Amino acid sequence: MLSVTNLDVAVNGDMILNELNLQVQAGEVHAIMGPNGSGKSTLANVLAGHPGYEVTAGSVIYEGQDLLQMDPEERARQGVFLAFQYPVEIPGVSNVYMLKAAVNQIRKHRGENELDAVKFLKLVREKMKLVDMKEEFLHRSVNEGFSGGEKKRNEIFQMAMLEPKLAILDETDSGLDIDALKVVAQGVNELRDASRSIVMVTHYQRLLDYIVPDYVHVLAGGRVLKSGGKELALELEEHGYGWIEDQTAELLETRA
Amino acid sequence: MSSSVSTISDLIGREYKEGFVTEVETDTFPPGLDEDVIRALSTKKNEPEFMLDWRLSAFQRWQEMAEPSWAHVSYQPIDFQAISYYSAPRSVGDGPQSLDEVDPKILETYNKLGIPLQEQKFLAGVAVDAVFDSVSVATTFKSKLAEAGVIFCPFSEAVQEHPELVRRYLGAVVPAGDNFYAALNAAVFSDGSFVYIPKGVRCPMELSTYFRINALNTGQFERTLIVAEEDSYVSYLEGCTAPMRDENQLHAAVVELVAMKGAQIKYSTVQNWYPGDEDGRGGIYNFVTKRGACRGDDAKISWTQVETGSAITWKYPSVLLEGDRSVGEFYSVALTNNCQQADTGTKMVHIGKNTSSTIISKGISAGRGQNAYRGQVKILKDAENARNYSQCDSLLMGDRCGAHTFPYVEVKNPTATVEHEATTSKIGEDQLFYCRQRGLSEEDAVSMIVNGFCKEVFKELPMEFAVEAQALLGVSLEGAVG
Ligand SMILES: Nc1ncnc2c1ncn2[C@@H]1O[C@H](COP(=O)(O)OP(=O)(O)O)[C@@H](O)[C@H]1O
Ligand SMILES: [Mg+2]
Repeated sequence: MLSVTNLDVAVNGDMILNELNLQVQAGEVHAIMGPNGSGKSTLANVLAGHPGYEVTAGSVIYEGQDLLQMDPEERARQGVFLAFQYPVEIPGVSNVYMLKAAVNQIRKHRGENELDAVKFLKLVREKMKLVDMKEEFLHRSVNEGFSGGEKKRNEIFQMAMLEPKLAILDETDSGLDIDALKVVAQGVNELRDASRSIVMVTHYQRLLDYIVPDYVHVLAGGRVLKSGGKELALELEEHGYGWIEDQTAELLETRA
Repeated sequence: MSSSVSTISDLIGREYKEGFVTEVETDTFPPGLDEDVIRALSTKKNEPEFMLDWRLSAFQRWQEMAEPSWAHVSYQPIDFQAISYYSAPRSVGDGPQSLDEVDPKILETYNKLGIPLQEQKFLAGVAVDAVFDSVSVATTFKSKLAEAGVIFCPFSEAVQEHPELVRRYLGAVVPAGDNFYAALNAAVFSDGSFVYIPKGVRCPMELSTYFRINALNTGQFERTLIVAEEDSYVSYLEGCTAPMRDENQLHAAVVELVAMKGAQIKYSTVQNWYPGDEDGRGGIYNFVTKRGACRGDDAKISWTQVETGSAITWKYPSVLLEGDRSVGEFYSVALTNNCQQADTGTKMVHIGKNTSSTIISKGISAGRGQNAYRGQVKILKDAENARNYSQCDSLLMGDRCGAHTFPYVEVKNPTATVEHEATTSKIGEDQLFYCRQRGLSEEDAVSMIVNGFCKEVFKELPMEFAVEAQALLGVSLEGAVG
């Protein structure tokens, strides 16, 4: 599904990701953990095609295609979805309007008919249940005045509507209380299936109690420092990020 | 990141499709302005004495006035002697006539602009007065309107056919010496539209005037007068375009609205004069005075404008709230791109008791565009319980443009409630990326964001115009689900 090889990324000339490697097969759930500033969001944004990041080396192959050559909308239409760490507000544009435009763009790309209003609303109601969202949110402006938790829920709702092949969740758990976390996790778990891959960026092990990953990668200083099974998250929890940082320091020393 | 900022303005800066020139033989005055020119104009239009006197006194006032300099715009001084004050296609020089007699080239011009003048072809329910340079070339649906008692005709025809009405209301809201450009207009205005809605009549169709500047080095000075008698209603639309030329052209119009007791006038404008090129060459100087008076109790006047064109826009559609409980509204979207400058806003003067006004202004700046909102809310001494709500939002695209807000409030009655809100936001790269990540093209994303920003204004436009306005901003209509 996704193959990231020796990826170097710079922002405004600063090197942020450094020879990063990541392989994700269809149906797998990967957790990416790491301290603040380690480059998790950078990775998520680069995969989604944010124009503010410059890929200086390496490759990203998605379903046999060079992902880095595609515009962000092209990636989205081919099934790449990013649940943003900080979803933006768009005043005056209703949630449901944007969603309908998005759903129809993606359907068009797949050669399917546009959904009419009735079918669309039926789908909307079904998916809203998944994340326990109230119908009034449909008619509010995109993310405007939503609480942190509501924004995150809205991201998962959009994901459910768009049915991506590769979903990247950037700290969808941050700022959620335990009940909201459970709702979001349930939403994600419902979407787990053999053809869908999920890359879950998180700062805390807590989320992984609810969405159990197949693999855990620890990111520090812009590279994958350690990969393992779900037990790696527990190890990390036990030792704290300090443990990783010590290892990073060592690594940098040996390189120097 | 600056690269994608320029894409944003590229997207908003669509080509000016209306920039063609129509080759017609014209009857054009040589450039220059003095009393003789005004006399010649008045003679050409076969005007009664009172019109000539009015023009000449306005000219005298104008000569004593100085061009205003308080607006947030800058331009080379205008040489008023280098402008021609009258230009008409030769075929219509002798006053109004039937559509069959209109030069086919002119009909074709309006067809190209999407305003077919043949009644059967035009949007059902909209009557059009087409003004080409200095004269009205055609007015549609006149007879159908006449059945309802509605007068809708070129101004020069009204002077001939209804001199008593013209005499009574001309300058009743915008006096001849009101301001520099209004005085100039009063002296030299050549045509425009005249509307009269009798007592108790709800005008059976939308009325509209479509202004086209075609000739070179010619100013367009038109005057629109709308009188709505007691308990009547009219919705009026105004559209404007001009060819692309390297020279600046002056457009100094006056619009006067009179709403009697219980009457309602809804005036909408989609202004798309040629804005000049990327480097600020050419474009229309749009200096316009628009004012309405709620002369009776419970009258209502609403101005809605979408200003996307002109090199310079200087325009403050205003309402004098004279009658008790009268209502004034101003909804505006002003877009400036490249080197365009707009200084626009409104003036709401509360005179009667329990009067209320609403101001919603949306400024969009891209490129090096400069956008200023200038609004005045005045509550006079006797205006008990007057209420005003103002909201001014600015949207910036890129970092070379500017947005400025100049709200003036003057309250002379302590029972007044005046609220003002202002916001400035940027179309962020992050907003665009968010939409694109959901599968929308960059163009659709910009449209959606801009459209969302303007929503409160667009919903005030009549349907036909809402579509045009959105097309103009390079946006598509929000679906019914929105
Ligand atoms: N747009 C940006 N401009 C400048 N620096 C950035 C930008 N985005 C990220 N960075 C820097 O890159 C590093 C990684 O950031 P980020 O990917 O957001 O980390 P994480 O998501 O793991 O907290 C940080 O040092 C951050 O300051
Ligand atoms: Mg992050």
